[in-house]
Amino acid sequence: MSDQAIVEKMKTKFSSEILSVVEFRGETTVTVKKERIVDICTFMRDDLGYNLLCDLCGVDYMGKSPRFMVVYNLYNITKKQRIRVKAPVEEQNANIDTVCTVWGTANWHERECWDMMGIKFNNHPDLRRILMSADWEGHPLRKDYPVQGPDREPYQGRLS
Amino acid sequence: MAANTSETMTINMGPQHPSTHGVLQLILELDGEIVQKATPHIGFLHRGIEKLSEHRTYHQIIPLTDRLDYLAPMSNNLGYVLAVEKLLGITDEIPERVQRIRVIMTELTRLKSHLVWLACHALDIGAMTVFLYCFRERESITDIYEKVSGARMTSNYFRVGGLAEDFPAGLEGEIRTFAESIPAHVEEYEGLLTGNRIWQKRTIGVGKISAEAAIDIGITGPALRASGVDWDLRRDNPYSGYEDYSFEVPVRTGCDTFDRYKVRLDEMRQSALIVLQALDKLKPGPILADCPKVVLPDKEDVYNNIEGLIHHFKIVTEGFKPEIGEIYQGIEAPKGELGFYLVSDGTNHPFRMKIRPPSFVNLQGLPQMVEGKLLADVIAVIGTLDIVLGEIDR
Repeated sequence: MSDQAIVEKMKTKFSSEILSVVEFRGETTVTVKKERIVDICTFMRDDLGYNLLCDLCGVDYMGKSPRFMVVYNLYNITKKQRIRVKAPVEEQNANIDTVCTVWGTANWHERECWDMMGIKFNNHPDLRRILMSADWEGHPLRKDYPVQGPDREPYQGRLS
Repeated sequence: MAANTSETMTINMGPQHPSTHGVLQLILELDGEIVQKATPHIGFLHRGIEKLSEHRTYHQIIPLTDRLDYLAPMSNNLGYVLAVEKLLGITDEIPERVQRIRVIMTELTRLKSHLVWLACHALDIGAMTVFLYCFRERESITDIYEKVSGARMTSNYFRVGGLAEDFPAGLEGEIRTFAESIPAHVEEYEGLLTGNRIWQKRTIGVGKISAEAAIDIGITGPALRASGVDWDLRRDNPYSGYEDYSFEVPVRTGCDTFDRYKVRLDEMRQSALIVLQALDKLKPGPILADCPKVVLPDKEDVYNNIEGLIHHFKIVTEGFKPEIGEIYQGIEAPKGELGFYLVSDGTNHPFRMKIRPPSFVNLQGLPQMVEGKLLADVIAVIGTLDIVLGEIDR
């Protein structure tokens, strides 16, 4: 099944949820609303065969609205195909439902996303920090978090 | 105290424990010798590579990737440069010689990584000799690394669009001799371990995980293939010219530590075969793609040609600016799928670089592989998962 066919199936099932479909360098990215992300992911796994969640991460588009994007890179082990699903998350209400029930591997990925980006995952079984220590303040991969760390002189690196 | 008690004991393992393969901390809840609950704590080696890469030009990130899985630096280099090449849209421009050399070096890297895995895994279980044998062969690969890139571990050898340098004269023969010697060495390791009763007792049926559970938790690479899933990115989504080589993907269905050991040994034999095939197909040619806006020009051009000098100056001082977009590139690293998700905003550094490290995801499977089993099996399972904390913590 081609990516177009996959997207058509998604559109038929979730016509009001899909915000945009972009193709770049042969890869398809489908942006969906965050409200029914669990339903969409379950559909991707059960009906379209994307049985492996390769990667889950957040991207901070500071200054834009909505500010964050949660990205799901999916893989179909039977058909050897990839697709990417993204869901926008507002800064004021930075949360999205967990997909741990769909793919168990999402557990640590979502913990990392919470740790690094400060996006909360509703109903997550164990939403603790994972890379930073438990008492760390702030979320290091946010664009407004200084690269040199808090309370230090700004980085005067090669790019400035 | 009563003979039977429901009381459990919580013990701490790591982060300074020799068999945790780095700074991994495990909190183990024990009932006698049975592990009731295992909680991994990671992050002790977190260096913020993803954050740093948002403040570096695309070329400056290559040395950072060496430090992810430091036992397989060239695999990381390859994953990253392939991702950037895809983002730039120059994947088809890469010269044939570059692709061949990349395959030779990454397959040697796979051997290097698997040798350290076997050495440490066997040492953890108590087989000291194997460690010495494996490090003897690994030494030859680090020698090859040194001749190719000048460094024994952090190679920084691949470039966007090509390689840092061509092979030095005479190296091809040395690699060939080494690759031809590998099958006999693997036989040697098998002779020490496969039929060994202690080894069998410590590995057969230990750390079982079914194919469904492994896919659900995201395990990839040899660990997944030992659970009966026939999937290898080199064959199924080929990159860097892997479609030109004939090789087998070892798959076993035992789902246990012993089968993961057998799969990796078979992979070592196949890697040696791929190296020999690539050497046969290796022909003289350019080692950099002809894309002057993004690829560093040949040194000859820099010294003798004004355009070459200008391009060199621009790329070194400013870098290049890929168009706005996002891509994901996965490769079959020695430990599983290594993925790079790159988002470009049209500037000279990535807007976001997410690394999908295979060890991070594979380690997540540890609790369900050890809970309800003996404490001694935890050591075997950490070894069989082949984790490297450098890429888990990034």
